[in-house]
Formats: sequence, structure tokens, C-alpha cells
Amino acid sequence: MNTLLVASEVKKTFIMHMRGGVELPVVANVSFSLKAGACAVLGGPSGVGKSSILKMLYGNYGCDSGQILVQHHGRHVDVASASPRLVLEIRRDTIGYVSQFLRAVPRVSALDVAAEPLLIRGVERETAREQARDLFTELNLPEKLWSLPPATFSGGEQQRVNIARGFITDHPVLLLDEPTASLDAANREVVIELIARKKADGAALLGIFHDLDVRNAVADHVIDVSAFAAGKAAA
Amino acid sequence: MTPSATLEALAKAGIPAPVKPLLTVENLTRVYGKRIGCADVSFDLWPGEVLAIVGESGSGKTTLLNCISSRLTPTCGTVHYRMRDGVSADIYKMAEAERRYLMRTDWGFVHQNPIDGLRMTVSAGANVGERLMAVGNRHYGNIRGAAIEWLARVEIDEDRVDDQPRTFSGGMRQRLQIARNLVTEPRLVFMDEPTGGLDVSVQARLLDLLRGLVSDLGLAVVVVTHDLAVARLLSDRMIVMKEGRVIEAGLTDRVLDDPRAPYTQLLVSSILQV
Repeated sequence: MNTLLVASEVKKTFIMHMRGGVELPVVANVSFSLKAGACAVLGGPSGVGKSSILKMLYGNYGCDSGQILVQHHGRHVDVASASPRLVLEIRRDTIGYVSQFLRAVPRVSALDVAAEPLLIRGVERETAREQARDLFTELNLPEKLWSLPPATFSGGEQQRVNIARGFITDHPVLLLDEPTASLDAANREVVIELIARKKADGAALLGIFHDLDVRNAVADHVIDVSAFAAGKAAA
Repeated sequence: MTPSATLEALAKAGIPAPVKPLLTVENLTRVYGKRIGCADVSFDLWPGEVLAIVGESGSGKTTLLNCISSRLTPTCGTVHYRMRDGVSADIYKMAEAERRYLMRTDWGFVHQNPIDGLRMTVSAGANVGERLMAVGNRHYGNIRGAAIEWLARVEIDEDRVDDQPRTFSGGMRQRLQIARNLVTEPRLVFMDEPTGGLDVSVQARLLDLLRGLVSDLGLAVVVVTHDLAVARLLSDRMIVMKEGRVIEAGLTDRVLDDPRAPYTQLLVSSILQV
């Protein structure tokens, strides 16, 4: 199987200057790879650094050291040391991300929030909206909400907008931060189906799923993040 | 092959055109006597990119913006701008007339206070049309047509075209100022606290409008703001300034979600949650 992303010896520490410069080690020696057509799951208790790892892969958190090599436009690039411009290009074309919470923009409709990743890739507005409508239908998002800004939606409704936004493109690598946390059973099934389809299309997925049913349904292998716990590496 | 034909051929073959920075700022410094306005600032700005300069009052952001936009001569350092013919020119080595022409055509400047960027005693239509006349348009019908079209793009009704901006609300004035700047299809727009002093609902509308225009027109923007939420919504990249110096720079969401410098951490932790 084709390896799309390799993380090696990635380390992250927060230095809290507001609290006298106290160092908060998060993870160290994070090493794993993601293969096309498979879904890996980050395992381990809350607070062990799972979300931080996803955020580093997406360039949202910086890394202290280590490399995150991703196949981008046919070459290997290191997210950990990439320029802001390159990170934005990687996000546009290679690494997608479904965050746990939706960051709503005032006055932008749910439909356009979901369609945006296609628009920035140059897809025509109406085509992009059509695909967003298809995903909203599949995710059972009531049609009366589509033209409204999602700021006032319920948690589950916002999450479905976020999922549509993440799944609308054909990014080869997709990161999922608890995409089913606020969903009912029927919609969890839809997300499981969407993930299965991404795998069939050859995407490499990496997710955090606290829901055991979902995790068992999608995971090809589990990466135990407690093995990367920063304290442990130091010992 | 002409340069644009070469670019088209590259685009058809799926090869992105080699892009060079639009603006290159190097070691820009401005001192006021013994006080530092801004010191040793360097960055590149690429076509279509939005850069936010943030920091509290007195941190040197407006001095920096004025030095970049040729409104205030720097003490040392250079600002290079890539002209439409692809040649990069030092804006402080240009003839005054050439620099003024650049500011009227290829650049825009949106002031915090619309009164500084508008002429309050001529009509809204004339405010927009004036910049077109400055670049040589003389046909009254065309100018009026373009003015009405731009008023519509910034959500000002056509029937206000003959009214003077002093009869407009603050939000409308700011939208008119934006139309006046964008009518000549500039490639680079400077903004100094564009949403400062507006009600939050008016501010949200303006931000939404700016986001749309920036992406539709592929504008490069340097926006100065003390409001980190505005920076998050509008910008790709940001520079954090303190006491005239850049203390942190990077991708906007990286700086805001994983701030490194003590001062950036203080700024981010001071944001009020709603």
C-alpha cells in the first residue's frame, strides 16, 4: 500500500509564559505512517495529546522537532518546517481536517461553509453548492437550515456542516477529530459509510473516535498515543 | 510566445505558474528622534494573500503600514513592489509622479475613519468615479455605470448614488470607501483598522463583504488591526508587533492557537469569550 504521510520523532511542548514559563510537555517521539485506503485511529485517554497530534499534522500547532512528511503534488514535503504559504497549499490540496467544533463566520450560510473548500480550489460556485446539498441530504441536515449561518445551530447540526465541509473534497489525507461526538445513531452510521467510501477511494484517514462502535467499524489499526507521552519518553 | 501565453500553456498542462512576491519589505525602520516607530521589519507578500499586522496601540503597526504604503518615508530599509509588467521596483526610488500613479491605480488604502478616505461634500457616485477619472476615464456614462455597479457590490442602493457620504451611516461610509478603492481593480490594498468604530453587526457585515471581495478579486491585502477576531477571519498570515518590532509571525491560526512569544500569549489570553 502507498504511504501518504510519515511522522517521525515529532515532539511538542507548550511553554506557558503567563504562568512563569512553566513547561508543559505534550508528546515526544511521535512516529507513525498513514497508508492509502486505510483508517488509523489515535488511541489513549483524554489529555494524552491526540488532538495536538492532529493539529500538528495540519500545521495548526507548531512542532518543537521532528518531521511530518506528506506526499503533496507528487513530492514529499515536511509540514513541520513548511512556510505558511506551503501549509495553506497543503491544506487546499492534500490534507483535509474535520475539527471537533465549527468556527462559524457571521452571515455565511451553512451551504457556503460546506462548499468553501471546493471554491478555493477553483470549482464553480453552483457545482460546489450542489455537492454540499448532496452531502447535507445524506447527513439528514434539515433543508430549512441550509441557507442559514450555522452559528445558532445545535451541536449535532454544526457537526454535520463540519463533516460535509471536510468530506466534500478528495483530499488524499483526511484528519478527523471526533466527528461523531454529537451525532445520533443514524447519523453516526452515515459518517461510518462516508469514511468507508473515502477508504475505497484511496484516501489515508487518521481519526480520534471516543465512540467504540464507530471506532470498531472504521479502524484498520490503532496508534497508542500513550506510548508517545512526553513524560515517558524522558524517563 | 508572449509571457501570458506561456502562463496559459503552463496552466493547461496543470503546472502552476511560477509566482513571485508582489511586495518585498526588507529591514524597514522608522525612528522618531530617539523613539522607535518600527524597527527591522521584513516580510514578503504574495499575490492574493492577506497579511494581518496585530499588536496593541502604540506597537508601531500604523507606522509600519504607512511606511510600506509610501505615506511615510522610512529611516532605512526598502520596499519593493512588482509592477504589472513583472518588474520589481523600489517604491522609494520611483519618481513622485510614478508613485502617486501607483497609489491611485494599483493600490488602495482603506482608512479607519472613512472621512479620511472620502470626499464628504461630493456625491457617492463621484467619490467612486473620481479614481476612474484619475486613470484617464472620461466617458460620463461609463463612469456613472461603473460607480453604480460598485455601489451595488458593496450593498449600497442605486438611489443613493447622488447623495453625499455625509448623509450616510458609518457602515455605509466604510463600504463606500471600499468601493472607491476597488473600482480601479487594484492588486494590493492596505487597510488600517477597517472595522474599528463600527457596531458589531455592522462590523460582521463589513467583514463578510471584505472576505468575499478579497477572494473574488484575488486581492493582496495588508490589514492592520488590534482585533484578533478580525485577523482570524480575514488573514492567511499574521505578524505580531510590540514596541516597533516583530515578535512573532506565521500562519494566522498557528499564531492564534499555538502562540509562542510571551506577548502573543498575553494577547490571545486577553480575548473576551462571548
